[in-house]
Amino acid sequence: MTVTTTDASSGTASRRTPLVRTAPRLRSARRRPEAGRPRRSVLLTVLTALVLLYSLVPLLWLVISATKTQEGLSRSSGLWFDGDFALWDNITQTFTYHDGVFTRWLLNTVLYVVVGAGGATFLAVLGGYALAKFAFPGRRAVFAVVIGAVAVPGTALAVPTFLMFSNLGLTNTPWAVIIPSLISPFGLYLMWVFAGEAIPVELLEAARMDGASELRVFFQVALPLLAPGIVTVSLFTMVATWNNYFLPLIMIKDPDWYPLTLGLNSWNAQAATAGGQPVFHLVITGSLITIVPLIAAFLLLQKYWQSGLAAGSVKE
Amino acid sequence: MPKHSRRLLSGIGLLTVLALGATACGGSGDDGSDAKKSVSEADVQAALQKGGTLTVWAWEPTLKQVAADFEKEHPGVKVDLVNAGTGNDQYKALQNAMSAKKGVPDVAQVEYYAMGQYALTKQLTDLKGFGADKLSASFSPGPWNGVKAGGDGIYGLPMDSGPMALFYNKKVFDKYKIKVPTTWDEYVTAAHALHTADPKAYITNDTGDAGFTTSMLWQAGSRPYTVDGTKVKIDFADPGAGKYTATWQKLLDDKLLAPVTSWSDEWYKGLGDGTIATLATGAWMPANLASGVKNAAGDWRVAPLPQWTAGDRASAENGGSALTLPELGKNEALAYAFVEYANAGKGVDTRVQGGAFPATVAQLNSPAFQNTAFPYFGGQQANKIFAESAANVADDWSYLPYQVYANSVFNDTVGKAYVSRTKLADGLKTWQDASVKYGSEQGFTVEK
Repeated sequence: MTVTTTDASSGTASRRTPLVRTAPRLRSARRRPEAGRPRRSVLLTVLTALVLLYSLVPLLWLVISATKTQEGLSRSSGLWFDGDFALWDNITQTFTYHDGVFTRWLLNTVLYVVVGAGGATFLAVLGGYALAKFAFPGRRAVFAVVIGAVAVPGTALAVPTFLMFSNLGLTNTPWAVIIPSLISPFGLYLMWVFAGEAIPVELLEAARMDGASELRVFFQVALPLLAPGIVTVSLFTMVATWNNYFLPLIMIKDPDWYPLTLGLNSWNAQAATAGGQPVFHLVITGSLITIVPLIAAFLLLQKYWQSGLAAGSVKE
Repeated sequence: MPKHSRRLLSGIGLLTVLALGATACGGSGDDGSDAKKSVSEADVQAALQKGGTLTVWAWEPTLKQVAADFEKEHPGVKVDLVNAGTGNDQYKALQNAMSAKKGVPDVAQVEYYAMGQYALTKQLTDLKGFGADKLSASFSPGPWNGVKAGGDGIYGLPMDSGPMALFYNKKVFDKYKIKVPTTWDEYVTAAHALHTADPKAYITNDTGDAGFTTSMLWQAGSRPYTVDGTKVKIDFADPGAGKYTATWQKLLDDKLLAPVTSWSDEWYKGLGDGTIATLATGAWMPANLASGVKNAAGDWRVAPLPQWTAGDRASAENGGSALTLPELGKNEALAYAFVEYANAGKGVDTRVQGGAFPATVAQLNSPAFQNTAFPYFGGQQANKIFAESAANVADDWSYLPYQVYANSVFNDTVGKAYVSRTKLADGLKTWQDASVKYGSEQGFTVEK
């Protein structure tokens, strides 16, 4: 009981309180050997399993349904296979239907993601680094604007953006989707926080002392340290741009510039059109093809993604 | 009145923000356009000679062939056919473009129920000065009434129409030895008999559909909307509406309507496997059945729409759309040439061959059209029933000048009768109140 004696010697006024406080601390210390292997909670396991099931069932449905023909879809149950296995045929049809317009939409989406999300990440990295590592007047104002921008849903800005782009004569061109995608307030905020934590000021100062230019400091010292954050932000912006629906919906009327989201929706809408041909099987197969690149990106980058998310959450 | 119509102008937008934007930019374009535009036959010919590019916003699938034929016939003309979305999606895009005053198409497909808002705000060109008034006898009464949009202008040429008929699954009716209903009372009886015989089967699906309900009211003789310029009267308490709600309430009370939303994959499934046994809908349906419900080919037949009084022949329109010339579009003479070609000229036959249902009397009455045997309906000459229905549509129906909005709140009001104990008649009353309130807010003089 050495602890109590040291505490008792510190003063009479605080004599009682430390006594009471130390007791649980000691008890928890005795338990420490178990801490490495957390106790299993049945309730949490069941809850997690339920959530997992909830998120996987739609995916399972999608995969199973993509193996069915249009007729097969309506004659079989959603969560089991139909007699005909038509996945390969569906994929071929998806890529050839309406003169292969699906490939065009896929390439459009890739263009929007590479230029839009790539550009957004680049700008967020530049901005976040500058805000975190340079003191300049108006920084707090920038902070307020960025936080405010995170709070405004993109949907609310879509119509004013449309009117602006319309006056610039840019609607119905890829620019109308790319330019608004370049701005990611959330990405900027994340990079800002991340850069603040991940780059020690001393390192930058050392580099400057050695005579490195600011550009060199950024590209050779800061950038490598920012890698996990960059991956996180690029995943965020990539998912947002890949799945973007509303912005292209109001900006683009020419099916040749549709991204996958709009294109698939236009196929889906055919079923609700007088004289239209329902092609649910192609919509489903197309959706499956659409999510494959995103799943691949997540699997490949998940290591960085996790460390990026956790960074800045603990103050050391 | 100018103050009034300005408010109107600002109000009738699908998006309030947009509408406000439009007023802010100045509603100047609309103020001085009282002088009717006129384009003569010679102007049209000159435009065709000169050629040019036309932008057409339409989702109707058979127009593709029409556009190709038109280009072939007039080598200088290029038709840029854009599917800017079906129905509401396209109206939003159109409204956006009109507000921005940029990117407005030269020709736009607009459904009859949605024409009012564009016609009243003069966003569509009145085609009277183009000679469209001479075509009045060419179209069947329902669609022609539709393009007048409750006013005295002609805001488009009817493209397709949807005179109603009863599509029924003969295999199911034969299996349970149920008589095909000729009145709505018999329809309720058949609904009971069918659901008792097979608890999985329903007489039809209905989860609350504004278009269907208004068509049913139309047939029942109800005229809930009276429109005179900016003066609007909304009343769902007339005897016609009473007949409809009394009958449909029975189907709702006894849960005889399949809770399946039209056009969903579940719906296509139900139409194929016999669990949705009838559809009272427009004559454009055969093409959808043939392409979407292939597995039930031969099972379905067409009968005249059931009547409210035995022996009557009343009918109504369900759906259908026109091609219009937006006021801000360019190249009007050429645009009119295309619209006339597609809807009153050679294009009509092309579209009929593609499976569309025409709005033109010549096609409806032609022996070739009427004698067409539909393999999908076991060889039945279904067009005879559709054509008769088209001729029996009462042409004094009108929609609200803001029907698109009204329909968008249908499910919040009438829809309650489908999911709770709210009575259908009360639901209609709530819909009426919501429509009155919106109309008043937009500057209409609304009478209950």
